[in-house]
Amino acid sequence: MSAIYKRELMAYFTSPIGYVFSAIFFAISGGLFVATTLLLGSTDTSAYFMFMLIFFVVLIPLLTMKLMSEEKKLKTEQILMTSPVSLLGIVSAKFFAAFTIFAVTLGVSSILNVVSLYNMAKKQVYVIEKMNLPTFAVCILGVLLIGAAFIAIGILISSLTENQIVAAVASIGAFGFILASQLLIIGVENEVIRVILKWFSILDRFGNFQRGIFDITAVIYYVSLVAIFLFLTVRVYEKRRWE
Amino acid sequence: MIEISNLVKRYGKGKAAVDDISLNIGKGEIVGFLGPNGAGKSTTMNIITGYLSATSGTVKVAGYDVLENPMEAKKHIGFLPEQPPLYLDMTVKEYLGFVFDLKKCTLNKKAHINEIVDILNIGDYFKRPINQLSKGYRQRVGLAQALISSPDILIFDEPTVGLDPKQIIEIRELISSLGKNHTVILSTHILPEVNAVCDRVVIIDKGRIVADEKTSELEAVTGMRKMRVKACGPRNEVLRTLQNVNGVVSVSILPERDADSTSFLVEAQTNVDVRASIFHALAQNDYPMIGLEGFYSSLEDVFIAILDKNKKEGNA
Repeated sequence: MSAIYKRELMAYFTSPIGYVFSAIFFAISGGLFVATTLLLGSTDTSAYFMFMLIFFVVLIPLLTMKLMSEEKKLKTEQILMTSPVSLLGIVSAKFFAAFTIFAVTLGVSSILNVVSLYNMAKKQVYVIEKMNLPTFAVCILGVLLIGAAFIAIGILISSLTENQIVAAVASIGAFGFILASQLLIIGVENEVIRVILKWFSILDRFGNFQRGIFDITAVIYYVSLVAIFLFLTVRVYEKRRWE
Repeated sequence: MIEISNLVKRYGKGKAAVDDISLNIGKGEIVGFLGPNGAGKSTTMNIITGYLSATSGTVKVAGYDVLENPMEAKKHIGFLPEQPPLYLDMTVKEYLGFVFDLKKCTLNKKAHINEIVDILNIGDYFKRPINQLSKGYRQRVGLAQALISSPDILIFDEPTVGLDPKQIIEIRELISSLGKNHTVILSTHILPEVNAVCDRVVIIDKGRIVADEKTSELEAVTGMRKMRVKACGPRNEVLRTLQNVNGVVSVSILPERDADSTSFLVEAQTNVDVRASIFHALAQNDYPMIGLEGFYSSLEDVFIAILDKNKKEGNA
């Protein structure tokens, strides 16, 4: 499993995709952070995180689109599936590779953001409140979890096709739909439908994190989502084996 | 080493790609799966290696059922699929290192990889990205990958397809030498390849085993059935002489133009070696024979010969 993890990490940087992902991520993250906090002289980061999540719709597919599809197309999956590694091992190694790139990029950009915000708060007198670091940390945790869930969904989609462009477009569609369902919750009046929608809305649970609450049920929810989608990916491979 | 019993594989609801195959392969054998494209060779190999699952039947590798104990079974197998599973973005060194880790090999990493690189003669390309290698070298890297962790069973799916003649000979020699201390299964649709490399040949057609023979016996069945005889002398006289040789079934003139000689296609009975008789008959009449070679039958001829033989044996 660690062999596949290492190979995938390396593959992100032997192809341009790892650099492209990090570059776009830093640009968007930096730009948004400046626009939502520094320029406004505010230390409230909730708008920043909300916008970042919207950009995940296009950023995460960059990481996941070819994870599975490319192996199928080039038939390299044959070496993985005939080696002494379980399917779950293969799928989770790929998940953790994508998650590592995502988490490291998010971590680095967050450190930059916090440092610059601190500098601003020290110098500028009209800052309304000092930055709330615990809330920021909880938000990062929430964003990491949502990213993980998106990556797991992206991996499932990538396992369904051998064309990485199809995987990317389908993932963008799926993530877009998840975001849109958040808007539906606000619009729908029927209480029952709202509760159901809320259950499926990945973003809804982010609200507590934004308020600085460490919501353990949300953590379990996201971790379960990851587990379910990785398991479904394993099932896709198992089914193909039997067909 | 490998026990296959009543193996069936159906893709979807269609016809069975592998239809009730049973086979035992012993330690140290080099077995060739011979058959036309789509006969079920690759499917059988993919099931043995655990890439596909069988619809029914069992496969045991080194005593481990590939379905019940895939981890143990897979440790004993090195597999080169039809298309070598190469990550083109890696260098040969990185790739072999990756396979080493993937197979959880416990040997000394550097020494083991160097040894394999030497066997396959890919040292010059060791630090090159795989996407820069030619097809022949990619095939070698594919073979190298199968050798890593020194598995006792090697399975090669059409290892010489797409290579040039020199490379084909090299790869065949390599496989023969590997056969000294490994059990090898290879598939091919080229008859001479089996003769060149394998001890035993399993002929598969439409998902069934039609013959399972020692290669030497296969040659007896098919090899000298047809031959090309080149002789000097008046064409029709020579033709008549050949026709009168005992055991010859038919003779025809081959459309090969030479000033002083004619080529004949001689078909003999399957159980008689007519080469000596042909020589004597021509010599008696003072028609110098300047060439005689086995006219390698196409796969179809082999099937016909085998089916004939089976029928005869069935009658006897």
